Amino acid sequence: MKPSPLTIRNLSVAYRKKPVLRDIEFEAPEGKLIGIVGPNGAGKSTLIKATLGLIPRLCGEVSIYGEPYARQRRRVGYVPQRESVDWDFPTNALDVVMMGRYGHLGWFRRPGRKERAIAMECLDKVGMSAYADRQISQLSGGQQQRIFLARALAQDADLYFMDEPFVGVDAATEKAIVALLGELKEQGKTVLVVHHDLATVEEYFDWLMLLNETIVAFGPVERTFTPEHLQTAYGGKLTLLGRDERSALILG
Amino acid sequence: MSTFWIILTGALVAASCGIVGCFLVLRKMAMIGDAISHSVLPGIVIAFLLSGSRDSLFMLLGAAALGLVTVFLIQWLHRSGVQSDASIGVVFTALFAVGVILVSLYTRDIDLDLDCVLYGEIAYVPWNTIEIGGTDIGPKAVWGIGLALLLIVLIVGAFFKQFKLCAFDPALAAAVGIPVALFHYLLMGLVSVSTVASFESVGAILVVGMLVVPPATAYLLTDSLSRMIGYSALVGCGSAVAGYYVARVLDASISGSMVCVAGAMFLLALLLSPKHGVLVRQWKQRRFARERSA
Amino acid sequence: MFDWLQLLSDPNARWILLGSMLLGIGGGVIGSFAYLRKQALMGDALSHAALPGVCIAFMLSGSKSIGLFLIGAAVAGVAATYGIGFMTRHSRIKPDAALAIVLSVFFGLGIVLLTRIQHSGSGNQSGLDKFLFGQAASMVRSDVITMAVISAVLIGACALLFKEFKLLSFDPGFARGVGYPTVLLDQLVMLLLVVAVVAGIQAVGVVLMAALLITPAVSARYWTEKLGVMVVLSGLFGALSGIAGTWISASGNNLPTGPLTVLACTAIFGISVVAAPKRGIVAKRVIRAMARSRLARESETERLRTERGEQAL
Repeated sequence: MKPSPLTIRNLSVAYRKKPVLRDIEFEAPEGKLIGIVGPNGAGKSTLIKATLGLIPRLCGEVSIYGEPYARQRRRVGYVPQRESVDWDFPTNALDVVMMGRYGHLGWFRRPGRKERAIAMECLDKVGMSAYADRQISQLSGGQQQRIFLARALAQDADLYFMDEPFVGVDAATEKAIVALLGELKEQGKTVLVVHHDLATVEEYFDWLMLLNETIVAFGPVERTFTPEHLQTAYGGKLTLLGRDERSALILG
Repeated sequence: MSTFWIILTGALVAASCGIVGCFLVLRKMAMIGDAISHSVLPGIVIAFLLSGSRDSLFMLLGAAALGLVTVFLIQWLHRSGVQSDASIGVVFTALFAVGVILVSLYTRDIDLDLDCVLYGEIAYVPWNTIEIGGTDIGPKAVWGIGLALLLIVLIVGAFFKQFKLCAFDPALAAAVGIPVALFHYLLMGLVSVSTVASFESVGAILVVGMLVVPPATAYLLTDSLSRMIGYSALVGCGSAVAGYYVARVLDASISGSMVCVAGAMFLLALLLSPKHGVLVRQWKQRRFARERSA
Repeated sequence: MFDWLQLLSDPNARWILLGSMLLGIGGGVIGSFAYLRKQALMGDALSHAALPGVCIAFMLSGSKSIGLFLIGAAVAGVAATYGIGFMTRHSRIKPDAALAIVLSVFFGLGIVLLTRIQHSGSGNQSGLDKFLFGQAASMVRSDVITMAVISAVLIGACALLFKEFKLLSFDPGFARGVGYPTVLLDQLVMLLLVVAVVAGIQAVGVVLMAALLITPAVSARYWTEKLGVMVVLSGLFGALSGIAGTWISASGNNLPTGPLTVLACTAIFGISVVAAPKRGIVAKRVIRAMARSRLARESETERLRTERGEQAL
């Protein structure tokens, strides 16, 4: 049997006294778009960061395609939150996308013509090839997000982690991201996306993880995206409106 | 001839600080440069007391060690919940105080002058030369800083992409397997090395100035990292040359004048840089408004 | 012990001790506001930036009067804060770089002026070097009195404006909404920092004055979560280190006062880091271990409960 793209066992993370994630255990199926939703402070970003070893874990094991992460780095692509970097950095869009190749280049090789071609191709996929030479501070929020996606594509991974890619982007970018997710799925890649907008969950994802310190529910959207599960994850903060409960949800 | 050596020393200091300084400015760690340049003092003094010689190699090692200790302490304090700039302030003042006290305690055994430590005496550079096989091959300081510059160029050149990614997006760098901590300490090591190599001849303050002012000037002039590094080195060298002559005219500290000239260049860039200059931008906006109303 | 008594019986030494104690309190108090406003290194920048102001005041007046130095340093300090603000508001230069630029360029200018003064050989320049590291023992009585008065005024101002400064450090937006003149208050904090720096120049020196503004505040933060307590503690720590530094320096070994005071301060800081309740290293280790065991216990009970639940079904 083929090992799952991502298996997490017994993962816990704590900042100071308070546990942020507790006893996280799941196995992600291959070739699915998996949304991670939950209230603010539920540990969604923390889960990604702990998986990638960017923050220390209290305990827990992470394996990617059956092996520890350190040996599978090239098969993993990562899209951090847009605010996590300084967009005044002196560099242009193409250069940022080429950074996605650094992991494949090894210690001393410099990015060359081949990397440039790959980067241009990825820029094209997100509809940003006209902006290749643009200084990154002169791009709009949505364009910056698309640059980050292009960079993740350049990583040419099998398993992707995206941290809130839909936050603060324009409609065109949202559409572009959705199209891209579809394309990744067609290629049989697995994508985990931290998401905040419950209204679009059913439209965008196949599988869903409801997270609030622990995993409330994990599975295909039809089975997990139910009022009961949402109530457990969000507590009293959720109001269900309308006759068709499942399509009209409002966070209060 | 001595004029040449002084200017060369200044230019070499400016170039090496200008290169590593770019990464400090981009990683928002400009004040770390200030901290390291102060806190290497006890390292130099201890190395001197232990080895009993003014041999540059020992001093270099001592100071580089202290530089890394500084960075380590700052990070450790920061991680335990102290604001980063406060942890910088606590660490470097403490280490610098230790250094000053060591100098005062052993003042008879050391001919390290405290004033020199702070604002350096680049004017003495030409008189302290090294000889190999009886021939004078030029001032010691020039060789020391020249080697430091060579080291910096080699390391930054070899690992340019790692340094760049670590500065821009450390999270991604860590995720793709670049040892971020290693490159952090490597950069800090380079800062210490350039500080130490420059320390005795130009003093702590010139080092701080050269670590920050030329890179900031270059940051205002270009949008490409490699060009920024080049401009930064150029601005540094330019202010070294001009600063020397300003000092001659004013009959004042040479290294102080070099920093002042660099400051003047920064001011020019701040106001008049074609892309990011404050006055230029205002002028463009005004013209735009006039065109709209016309 | 004998030294200590002798020191106390000497009226001049008593004055110096009192002066450095007041200086320590003043630095600690205003420093804690700077720390809470995340401007800890502002004190460092301002103390370096004071040098050209002091030099110009000396060049213009030809005398070593602390009052004139105060004015010179205040002008330089205001120029420095304005410069930092201008850079961060109107360009892409980040605050840390702006701070470092102002610090080094102003200090460079100060060194140029200082060497000008020394080379021009005007009579009583010798004392000016002392400004770099401070020499409390060389202060005359009138200097000490001035220093004490300035520090007292500083402490008084902080006491009077405590509530305003508190709100300004915690939530400047809200303070503006309530109708506080935040820009003015902001400038006032900076001005008080400059005042502290100038008061400390002769006793501690410009290079290390920053420590008296930062270290007591950071140490105090380890012990308490209350601003009022923190300010008082910070002042207390400052006073203790001022007294310790001056005493060691004055008891005959002729070491400069500034570094000794800073080391005393650092020692207090070290104790705080290790031993403070809740935030100290020891306390944190204990808390983390407890969190781990609690987590284990909780997940154990959870497991048991679910097992029981399944059995019940």
